[in-house]
Amino acid sequence: MAAFSQTEVKPVRFGVVVFPGSNCDADSYDAVRSFTGADARYFWHKDTGLTGLDCVILPGGFSYGDYLRCGAIARFSPIMAAVKNFADEGGLVIGICNGFQILLEAGMLPGAMHQNEGLKFVCKLVNLRVENNETPFTTGYERGQVIKIPIAHREGNYFIDEAGLAEIEANGQVIVRYCDESGETTAEANPNGSLGNIAGVCNKERNVFGLMPHPERVCDEIVGGTGGRGVFESIISGVAAEAAGASIAAEAAGEMKDILGNIGNERPR
Amino acid sequence: MSGDLDQKTAYELLGLKQKEYDGICEAMGREPNYTELAVFSLMWSEHCGYKHSRPLLKNLPTEGEGILQGPGENAGIIDIGGGQAIAMKIESHNHPSAIEPFQGAATGIGGIVRDIFAMGARPIANLDPLHFGSLEKARQKFLLEGVVEGIASYGNCMGIPTIAGEIHFEDAYEGNCLINVMCVGIVDQDKILRARAEGPGNLVVLMGSTTGRDGIGGASILASAEFDETAQEKRPTVQVGDPFTEKKLLEACLELRDKGLLVALQDLGAAGLSSSSSEMASKGEVGIDMDISKVPLREQGMEPFEIMISESQERMLAVIKPELEAEVLAICDKWDLDANVIGKVTDTRRLRVFLGEKMVADMPVDALVDEAPTYVVPAVRPAHEVDEPLAEDHYQPPSDLNETLTTLLRSPNICDKSWVYRQYDHMVQTNNALWPGAEAAVLRIKGRKTGVALTTDGNGRRCYLDPRRGARAAVAEAARNLSCAGAKPLAITNCLNFGNPEKGEIYYQFQEAVEGMAEACKAFQTPVTGGNVSFYNESFGQAIYPNPVVGMMGLAEDVTMIGTPGFKDEGDAVLLLGNARPAVDGSEYQSHILGDVAGRIPDVDLEMEKKLQLLVREAILEGLVKSAHDVSDGGLACCLAESAIDGGKGAVIELTSDQRPDLLLFGEAPGLIVVTVEEKYLEHFAQLALDLPTQVIGRVEGERLLIRASGADQIDLPVAQAAKAWGAALETLITG
Repeated sequence: MAAFSQTEVKPVRFGVVVFPGSNCDADSYDAVRSFTGADARYFWHKDTGLTGLDCVILPGGFSYGDYLRCGAIARFSPIMAAVKNFADEGGLVIGICNGFQILLEAGMLPGAMHQNEGLKFVCKLVNLRVENNETPFTTGYERGQVIKIPIAHREGNYFIDEAGLAEIEANGQVIVRYCDESGETTAEANPNGSLGNIAGVCNKERNVFGLMPHPERVCDEIVGGTGGRGVFESIISGVAAEAAGASIAAEAAGEMKDILGNIGNERPR
Repeated sequence: MSGDLDQKTAYELLGLKQKEYDGICEAMGREPNYTELAVFSLMWSEHCGYKHSRPLLKNLPTEGEGILQGPGENAGIIDIGGGQAIAMKIESHNHPSAIEPFQGAATGIGGIVRDIFAMGARPIANLDPLHFGSLEKARQKFLLEGVVEGIASYGNCMGIPTIAGEIHFEDAYEGNCLINVMCVGIVDQDKILRARAEGPGNLVVLMGSTTGRDGIGGASILASAEFDETAQEKRPTVQVGDPFTEKKLLEACLELRDKGLLVALQDLGAAGLSSSSSEMASKGEVGIDMDISKVPLREQGMEPFEIMISESQERMLAVIKPELEAEVLAICDKWDLDANVIGKVTDTRRLRVFLGEKMVADMPVDALVDEAPTYVVPAVRPAHEVDEPLAEDHYQPPSDLNETLTTLLRSPNICDKSWVYRQYDHMVQTNNALWPGAEAAVLRIKGRKTGVALTTDGNGRRCYLDPRRGARAAVAEAARNLSCAGAKPLAITNCLNFGNPEKGEIYYQFQEAVEGMAEACKAFQTPVTGGNVSFYNESFGQAIYPNPVVGMMGLAEDVTMIGTPGFKDEGDAVLLLGNARPAVDGSEYQSHILGDVAGRIPDVDLEMEKKLQLLVREAILEGLVKSAHDVSDGGLACCLAESAIDGGKGAVIELTSDQRPDLLLFGEAPGLIVVTVEEKYLEHFAQLALDLPTQVIGRVEGERLLIRASGADQIDLPVAQAAKAWGAALETLITG
């Protein structure tokens, strides 16, 4: 269903990492491919390279069972070294739910996860307030906009020490917070006890984003809403705009060549 | 070796009767050794051998248009067009969960999920009907919390949404909770797998977890006996789940399926290697030789009989062609799964077990699988059953029906169950067109207009009063739920939960229920595609309510045109469809408010029911109906209150009836549906309804639920207040 046309526009290329216990990999893949101008392919956790990509998605699930702390083993997987390199070179990385936990364990994002305050798995739609729309993942939203995206986790109680909190707040690294319908970040609206109602953060460089809610689950009205589309639209329009700028420059220099790798769609499973 | 044991004691310890032991000797042509005896004891247990149920189950309709696979395989398969099919099956894990709720429920999920991918289908939904004792007892809270966490931990990790089910609390389940688990999968019809071992010389591969001493005797001494003071000693018969390994097993099996590398596939459930190997051999009319020294073990010193009957979880048995061995093992290795060739298919029709060179068991496959004795017990109608319903003035009416309604909305059987389903990932796979809490679950099928609708229904209390009518009503209610969601019922899977069938009263209940179910399934043209019988649900001689649970699937023609229970818009007309007369007998009103379970439940009018359901489905598909909700627990008043709560809108209702208001409002009878229709479409709806009994009873209006009957206001309740009573009840009961 990749809806890119016969025109010269190349699709924005997403890579979805598949750990053996990933279970939102197909949902992320399907969500991405529902957008015009985007395509996706899978990468296996034993892969050591990530090439020809604009954005890497670390999907939700239970990477290696997560009988230990969530993501504690995944951070040592071969693919994570490649994800780190990719991010160091400025590539976009988004970790959703288990993917966020893995990014925290890998030290690619600040903070850590506790078990939910209620010590139970929580699956429900929550309201999120967009705190910073000047990141590659949120330009499609207004600052302060309230969006509805579901959560589904048992370990999403975000924690960071006092100095760390001050730093991420000051840097605008807190991207989304749990809030009520009117946008108030009340205790009742906090589903898991997260410090400062924090639902998602990015790194200082703004190219690595982790969030507990699942934007890929709300990209279609038939399954409960479209609150998550903005995340993917932001990434796609940002990358496409940059590519358009780059290709105009390249054309002007008469050096247009195929800088985009082949996109395969074969699943690693 | 255990073979030195005195076998007269041994077979009794293994749960066999003298006559059965004699039968085994006859089938073998000699006395069995201990390993053989242990294998027979499992295969001839009630759980595996269906000794008390087989003759009666033959009465159920199992064939029909679109049924690609009926009973006899790991799951039933139903054609849904477009080259695709649905695999589904329901099973019980009652006894393990009563002993160890978390692992009992978790491994219940594991087992039923394996049944679905054994058919080559990808699991897309779990549904869990649960029955416990009263939440006023601390142990029942412990059981509920443990079971829900067990289901959540396994299903969530597997990435299978738990999208529906039901929860009931009745004293009858105090010593023996019912934990039924249903799994539904989707498969391309050209990729369906079966468990038929074929081709002598083909290899038998054991995949997945190592084999340990867990779950020894699970199907015999745990599942096929009543509970008494030794119940807690049976804890070692409960298995321990590892959903991560099962997730890898699922993906590996589906990859093997996609690459066409499998001849047959079968999961290891009750009775472990014994049943999986012998059943595969039986289906293919072949034999199997196995060398159990090749089985990777979890601990040292396991006896051959232990390896053969271990119920260690997360294991599958595959039959493959010898030339594909390397390719199969490579895929298992990719998923970091153990996989070992442990045997081969033969033409001997015998299950022969070797330990290295030494043969330790040699049994005829037919005797193991098909020749377990069957028992017919003289049926005795229980003394509590009566022919006539209670007189309508049997009970004094309550003075304040507003209070009665609020109390019923707070009843654990009626109140909001989101405390439970929020612990389940019910959205993963992003197919949920209808979320839990609605009439039925509806899943879209990606890339198609069609949706799959699913529901489970059981009503033990009503079956206790009349098992035949109760079973008919369970099927009718399941069909009504699907119809209210706009889906046409296609097939069922059943989980028949009963007490000890050796007792005449229990056997009677079972016989009546099966016959009632057969009648209703024939009427709705929803064949039984498989399921499970769970007997011996008794604790200290006290049986549960007889509870034939129905898991039903249907198809919604257009997933964007489905019915939901909530009121939508101010001014819409509220219609009551059907003319059944509500009764107090067996109702939630009788049980929860009046503190009684007595009388005779009204019977369902199957022909009327079919016509009403067709009307509702057509009206939903034409976009005439804005909401649809069936009248069930708590009667018409609770039905209206639930629609009001769900839609956040009030209603003004005026009922004309000669019936006493409390019975009219809270009595129950199958065959009533409440729908809302926009005023301007009323005429169109009437044309569709023809001469079916429908009446406008009011309209959606304001923020209160107002119900007038017998010329007086009976109910006047702000919707917000009703919502609060209904919404907070379960959590308060559990944490309070």
